[in-house]
Amino acid sequence: MLKGHQSWIYNSKPTILGSAAVGGPFEGNGALASDFDIIHEDLWVGQDSFEKAEKVMLEHACARAIEKSSIKKEDINFFISGDLMNQITSSSFAARSLGIPYLGIFGACSSSMEGLALAAQLIDSKSAKYVMASASSHNATAEKQYRYPTEYGGQKPPTAQWTVTGAGAAVLGVDGIGPKVTSATMGRVIDMGISDPFNMGAAMAPAAVDTIEAHFRDLNIDASYYDLIATGDLGKVGHEIAINLLKDHGIDMPSNIFTDCGLLIYKKDQPVFSGGSGCGCSATVTYGHFLNRMRRGELKRILIVATGALMSPISYQQKESIPCVAHAVSIEM
Amino acid sequence: MSNMKKKKLTPTEQKYAELVKSIEPKRPILKNCIKAFFVGGIICTIGQGLQLVFITYFNFNEKTSVGPTLVVLIFVAALLTGLGIYDHLGQWAGAGSAVPITGFANSIASASIEHRSEGFVLGVAGNMFRLAGAIIVFGVFSAFVVATIKITIKWLGVM
Repeated sequence: MLKGHQSWIYNSKPTILGSAAVGGPFEGNGALASDFDIIHEDLWVGQDSFEKAEKVMLEHACARAIEKSSIKKEDINFFISGDLMNQITSSSFAARSLGIPYLGIFGACSSSMEGLALAAQLIDSKSAKYVMASASSHNATAEKQYRYPTEYGGQKPPTAQWTVTGAGAAVLGVDGIGPKVTSATMGRVIDMGISDPFNMGAAMAPAAVDTIEAHFRDLNIDASYYDLIATGDLGKVGHEIAINLLKDHGIDMPSNIFTDCGLLIYKKDQPVFSGGSGCGCSATVTYGHFLNRMRRGELKRILIVATGALMSPISYQQKESIPCVAHAVSIEM
Repeated sequence: MSNMKKKKLTPTEQKYAELVKSIEPKRPILKNCIKAFFVGGIICTIGQGLQLVFITYFNFNEKTSVGPTLVVLIFVAALLTGLGIYDHLGQWAGAGSAVPITGFANSIASASIEHRSEGFVLGVAGNMFRLAGAIIVFGVFSAFVVATIKITIKWLGVM
């Protein structure tokens, strides 16, 4: 149901029946290793290309999420997925092997929460009984498509981010035991004129702040409603900027509840520059770490604000600035 | 961000750019320059050493020893790229490992490895000069310009 200008309230409170996170070797050495269902020691996941590896990781995440939700794959009505590849091939190819009616989405790194919000919307509007939402990214495929070859010895600035190799999936149902998706706010595309592809945190921070502001306004709540508010992949630089912007906009955001998935996923000594990024970042941290914490009773209400930079390799070569979007989804136990 | 770019921004965007600038960590330029100076210098010293070896032990003279010296440097750089070492060196040394011919070899080898999955013709052969292509184009063009100037000066009878 529409609430305010750009938010949905899910009155039926769709339940996350099962969720899974799959990670690569770098994530396996990271700070949240124990929250991954599967960790691949091999960046290739036994495949002959990185693109295939990403697809296989996404398939594994979906299979594990279905298994944990204890429903049959055939019962799932729709599969909503997104990733960072051209023509979202990882998602579409995974959908090919799953055989579930498929909706492919692209919101760059915000695809994870865009998918979850749409999945909940389908269930809440009684358009589906079970829906699976997923998102994936792979460090090597993203580097290859957006930047330089992985083995190229170019020097990255400290504002650069490290694309997460990982996939996350969640199966939603009408009712059952588990965390419930209660509301979502869809973001506007915001462009503050940042054009440096090695400073995505700075480009995306205004979009995150705009969506958080809209969420609070539409639902008539403030930050104290949540135990945790996490942005998707702003990294150190973007997180710091977001804190400043929130203060400028007069939004009270207690520092103990405001965090970023890109800051949580890796250990401090890992060479990830400003932090993690990619669809896999918010997807694995949410579907693994955060939902596990909710199931353990450590968190009651969380808001995930997945941020996405909507540029292409061509658009930044043509000196275009980077338009960004953020989608927020509220999950309650 | 350069001042020219800033002029195109709206006042709000300019204000935001200033906020970003005040928060983002700066590139450690001095530290990077020192690292680049030493790593670049070491690579060139190794090259000089190799040239001396070829002249002393292998019957090359100063002119003919350039070929084998470059071959060895390129081979080692390509090997280090394949072993996944050169990109880490590049992150640490910056221009120090990018400017010498080893950096050129790295750009070709890394692009070839990256696109191996698309096959030898369209993948490896089609993409190996993806980064190095620009270097070759501008290298050849600047050589042409310099040569033209030299010939003109000679023709005018100055030299």
